[in-house]
Amino acid sequence: MLLEVRDLQVEFRTRDGIAKAVNGVSYSVDAGETLAVLGESGSGKSVTAQAVMGILDIPPGRITGGEILFRDRDLLKLKEDERRKVRGAEMAMIFQDALSSLNPVHSVGDQLGEMFVVHRGMSRKDARARAVELMDRVRIPAARERVKDYPHQFSGGMRQRIMIAMALALEPALVIADEPTTALDVTVQAQVMDLLADLQREYNMGLILITHDLGVVADVADKIAVMYAGRIVESAPVHDIYKAPAHPYTRGLLESIPRLDQKGQELYAIKGLPPNLMNIPPGCAFNPRCPMAQDVCRTDVPPLYEVDEVRRSACHFWRECLHG
Amino acid sequence: MAEPILQVSGLVKHYPLTQGIVFRKQVGAVKAVDGVDFELGRGETLGIVGESGCGKSTVAKMLVNLERPTAGEIRYKGEDIARLSGKALRAVRRNIQMVFQDPYTSLNPRMTVGDIIGEPYEIHPEVAPKGDRRKKVQELLDVVGLNPEYINRYPHQFSGGQRQRIGIARGLALRPEIIVADEPVSALDVSVQAQVINLLDRLQSEFELSYIFIAHDLSIVRHISDRVGVMYLGRIVETGRDSEIYEHPTHPYTQALLSAVPVPDPEAREHRERIILTGDVPSPTNIPSGCRFRTRCWKAQERCALEVPALAVPAEFRYAAGPAAHDSACHFAEEKQVVPPEEPGRKEQAQEQAEE
Repeated sequence: MLLEVRDLQVEFRTRDGIAKAVNGVSYSVDAGETLAVLGESGSGKSVTAQAVMGILDIPPGRITGGEILFRDRDLLKLKEDERRKVRGAEMAMIFQDALSSLNPVHSVGDQLGEMFVVHRGMSRKDARARAVELMDRVRIPAARERVKDYPHQFSGGMRQRIMIAMALALEPALVIADEPTTALDVTVQAQVMDLLADLQREYNMGLILITHDLGVVADVADKIAVMYAGRIVESAPVHDIYKAPAHPYTRGLLESIPRLDQKGQELYAIKGLPPNLMNIPPGCAFNPRCPMAQDVCRTDVPPLYEVDEVRRSACHFWRECLHG
Repeated sequence: MAEPILQVSGLVKHYPLTQGIVFRKQVGAVKAVDGVDFELGRGETLGIVGESGCGKSTVAKMLVNLERPTAGEIRYKGEDIARLSGKALRAVRRNIQMVFQDPYTSLNPRMTVGDIIGEPYEIHPEVAPKGDRRKKVQELLDVVGLNPEYINRYPHQFSGGQRQRIGIARGLALRPEIIVADEPVSALDVSVQAQVINLLDRLQSEFELSYIFIAHDLSIVRHISDRVGVMYLGRIVETGRDSEIYEHPTHPYTQALLSAVPVPDPEAREHRERIILTGDVPSPTNIPSGCRFRTRCWKAQERCALEVPALAVPAEFRYAAGPAAHDSACHFAEEKQVVPPEEPGRKEQAQEQAEE
């Protein structure tokens, strides 16, 4: 296994109390595999990824438990300078907002080349040549001329390609993409997702795709982990989950989105709001919003039940959910 | 279509680009909206879709008179409101209200919810006399599904979805006939989006509202709209009933747009044809000659660079009364199905498979 997160716990200390952002999350990704982490804002999907990358803001954040095994080493036990060698070279991240993630006062060529100067000790001239190569790779037209341009001179889709180029510069084994296409228009989103999928195949990378878009997930993922209030509530291969979800939250999400190929009547809406992380309801965190909730849901936290060899569901009534 | 309540014709908005400090001279223009026509029927929902920069939000702003059109007419019940001013304008504005995209920045953080929703009454006191306002605001809160006791709270005490409800309540305060909603759910989480869409649906039948619903999410637009207009670079390129546009698109841009939307069904992954457009949208300061989509179109020929295609039923479909016979601004319009057809039995089938 390329990456294995085991029972990760992250909390944030704030003025108003302790927010438990991640509450025992476990997932794994293999080389060449795409794991989609699906969740709404505040579900802990990005915080988990930041902990894996080692870019969590500490303080106020704090990792209070768990292991992050990457190529059989626990990253949480590494010193910061060892960690830095892993970050960028062996694992890289693509962020949502390319404009604010790129430095506005350096040319994109300098920013791409910096990867080679810092990690590989290349000369600036060689690094520049590699930057042009990379821009070609991500299909930026006229790369040789545009390597001297600054981020604001590129369109949104082109900037996201540069972000991808930067992440792939050192051919990492694992790439984490945090909402990589959320800020883009649909036609550009399709171009960027296609590119990402091609490059993943070419380099045989493990890819963690963090998103709230059930459509994008269906298009590219091999397996899915659905998060809610800092926990994984369901994990399964992509085909299973869309056919028959084994958790009422997943089911609610799938039924609440309008579809392009169907003219629906009234949409199913999950009632209520996601919980406040400083005050997560006792028992199952989803119980106040769940149409299937019983007394046991209000008192006992459901473990991740084994639905079959590859599926897990954190619902006391997963059988009823799956078949009803 | 029902009797039109709003008729827009030849709507244009150009923002001048100037050079020089003392002697300013115009060197060009950003052609944000460049000739848009549509009608809105009473009680109807017209969806306008398009990518960023296509001019859909500028159209919205002109409809509620936040921007003055460079040219064209906006007729509300037969009267051109684009040229009105003073009292007459104020009277019309009461009937066309707007719901904004971002519930975080469109509510004043220093005002209570009661003041925010009640503010329209300051400008239109005839709708609610002073003593009556608190009660009216509480009624509105109830209508949009918020607790009327929250009247003295501030926006930061609410979640995104609740804030959008406050924005909707403010839009409803003056009992308008038309609501222009510009991306009203795109800032919300998936599970909350459905709640707000259902609310908009319910309010429409309750108050006999007509909606202009602007969004980039094609699935949501299909769900809520009776008719749809697809915009590209300041113009509507195709328009028709929702089933005509989604199931029988004839304009290549609409086809590309629809094929690019990811469908939440992994089974469809393999047998879906996707049209990936190359390049970016041209700059609105420098619109291509002829058909404005030709620089990205795989069908473009010489004629496309010379002649501007009119938005009308294409000749080849004109005499066939079918779903393909709707307005499409393309010289080479042809029908192409890009959204997988709905299979009514699919869900049940999947259920059975899972049970095996």
